Amino acid sequence: MAKAWTNVKPYLLATPQAIALGLFLVFPIVLIGVVSFWEFNGYSMTPAFTLDNYIGIFTSDVTLKTYLNTFKFVGLTWLFTLLIGYPVAYFLSFHVPKLRWQVLLFLLCTIPFWTSNIIRMISWLPLLGREGLVNQLLVGAGLTQQPLEFLLYSDFAVVLGLVHLYVIFMIAPIFNSLMRIDRTLITAAEDMGASGVSVFKEVILPLSAPGIAIGSIFIVTLVMGEFVTVRLMGGGQAASIGKLIQTQIGSLQYPLAAANAIVLLAVTFAVVVSILRLVDIRKEL
Amino acid sequence: MTKITRRKLLYTGLATGAAIATTRCASPKGTPNNPAPGPEVNTNQIKDVTLRLIGTGVSQINEIRDKAQEDLGFKLEMRALSTQENNQIAITQPDQYDIFDGEYFSLPLVIPSGNLQPIAVSKIKAWDKIVPFFTSGKFDGLPVEKSQGTAPYKVMYLAGADSTEFSATPTDFATLIPFQYNADTLGYRPDLVGRTIKSWGELFNEEFKGKTSILNIPQIGIMDAAMVAEALGLMTFGDKGNMTKEEIDKITNILKEQKAKGQFRAFWETFDESVNLMSSGEVVLQSMWSPAVTAVQSKGIECIYAPLDEGYRGWGGGIGLSKNLSGIQLDAAYEYMNWMLEGWVGAFLGRQGYYSAAPETAKKYMSAEEWDFWYEGKPAAVDMVDPFEKTLAKAGAVRDGGSFKDRFGNIVCWNSTMQENTYLVQKWNEFIAS
Repeated sequence: MAKAWTNVKPYLLATPQAIALGLFLVFPIVLIGVVSFWEFNGYSMTPAFTLDNYIGIFTSDVTLKTYLNTFKFVGLTWLFTLLIGYPVAYFLSFHVPKLRWQVLLFLLCTIPFWTSNIIRMISWLPLLGREGLVNQLLVGAGLTQQPLEFLLYSDFAVVLGLVHLYVIFMIAPIFNSLMRIDRTLITAAEDMGASGVSVFKEVILPLSAPGIAIGSIFIVTLVMGEFVTVRLMGGGQAASIGKLIQTQIGSLQYPLAAANAIVLLAVTFAVVVSILRLVDIRKEL
Repeated sequence: MTKITRRKLLYTGLATGAAIATTRCASPKGTPNNPAPGPEVNTNQIKDVTLRLIGTGVSQINEIRDKAQEDLGFKLEMRALSTQENNQIAITQPDQYDIFDGEYFSLPLVIPSGNLQPIAVSKIKAWDKIVPFFTSGKFDGLPVEKSQGTAPYKVMYLAGADSTEFSATPTDFATLIPFQYNADTLGYRPDLVGRTIKSWGELFNEEFKGKTSILNIPQIGIMDAAMVAEALGLMTFGDKGNMTKEEIDKITNILKEQKAKGQFRAFWETFDESVNLMSSGEVVLQSMWSPAVTAVQSKGIECIYAPLDEGYRGWGGGIGLSKNLSGIQLDAAYEYMNWMLEGWVGAFLGRQGYYSAAPETAKKYMSAEEWDFWYEGKPAAVDMVDPFEKTLAKAGAVRDGGSFKDRFGNIVCWNSTMQENTYLVQKWNEFIAS
């Protein structure tokens, strides 16, 4: 009896979470999957089983173009958040001596979250706009004759916005894994005569790889579905899958949007799985 | 010991990050809570009625609600949505509203859902005072009579009490009572453009390369693009308001070329975006809504709402009845409609630059100077002040485009829902992705 109880206990403990996930995550996704096979006209959708929505997606070159563009944003955002995030996390964990300062500086990194989209939309304009601060500075200093137009409403602006917004998702997991590295390992490596570079290469980098992987998963999943930043910073001229889906929902084409969402989910899932195959993040957890 | 604290803190940090991410992704929607009055207690007490309205931000105005509550004695709940959300709720969630405030061009989508009930024309006291274009398609023989697209009178009547078919001839069953409408055109910054803009074609003029913008809502943006293409003689349309697939292909190709050339600075989707683009000088010439022009002007920046040779693109919205209304609530809804046409609302809207559905009733609530400026196109005798105490025009100014007759009479196309709507959205996405 007591043994049976011990066997059942973990399942019982997991039940509430499983129900919540099933109800609020799995069920809606299944519904989206079901709707993606429905037929629709301008104003309503009818239950049916048609592959037209998927055929439309896979035969249109807009899909490919939009995915390529989305991957470009994902790739660039990933690269820059890593290039910025890693040194920041490294600095926080190895060069800031006191825990209090580490926490305080870490909180500073979350500041981009404190601003809403509206604020960002309005505040980038006076900074990056044609008559914005940056351009005034450049023209005033004689570095350029004409104001630089690419600063706003361009792919550059989109990536800038995304990096600004999501860099914390790279910093946090890397910081976490760096903090967990046993400092005696580094001392040991140094005692064995390893140089600073090889300590980093042979000890720190491999041990922080799970943090990088987790950060990358965050970035990939967040940017793959992005549409607000893409629209506001790209001035509506840049395409992303999220934006495509949003336009379709706005035009009441739910089944088509659902089919696109399922494809997006599959693609994102594939990317995440390949990241997980590269790095064993269970070491981290 | 310190290590545990550190880890705990880190985990909390991660969790907070995740929580922020989740809240940012979710978009909470309020559920209006409207306890239906119990029939046995409230059968003849109209003051216990609450009517729930949905509509776009431009039409859900607190001042109108307060005045209506005061005059009529029952309660109104207003909910401001975007054009697209408004349609979505009208079609998919009929229990969420009693009165639908939407645009005429959304009716070909909303009416087939069967969520609206026809308005009995005989119960509308000022029906014959409504601008005749809405009720009969006539307007002094001016160009608007031949306008293309989803013109209001084309979707004004239903064939029968339970019908979801539009009737081309007047019946006793109306869809919407007109509420707000206007003639849209291009807005520009005279200080940055340096000359007068007279044609839609200027939007593709090389002179303004990288400084123009259009609306990123497929159904409206395509109409603006069509006006431009037609003005430049790039192509002609059988009916701009109901394009064929070939016409949609051709116009999106033209748009793609312009985009590749870098003609556009940005595309806008919301009112605020268009105001920001214009007032910051990022864009000097773009398609705009009239209150947006007013908003730019109220920042002290010159902005002209250009009367163009080819005419205006019209839009119109009105209020309709949910099929769920019956008994005393339905009576209240009719009272609200009659109140709306009585004049106070018309004058209120008129002071913001919109036109009233029944101008002659609005006239008695406006001063002679106000009437002359907004409707007659005469120079303002005194400063024009809107209901929110903002000065919209200084004494001596003349309304862009002139009188009601000149502006409304020259509408040549209306916001539209086309038969090829799905194809249009697909091609529009292609254009954005190009």
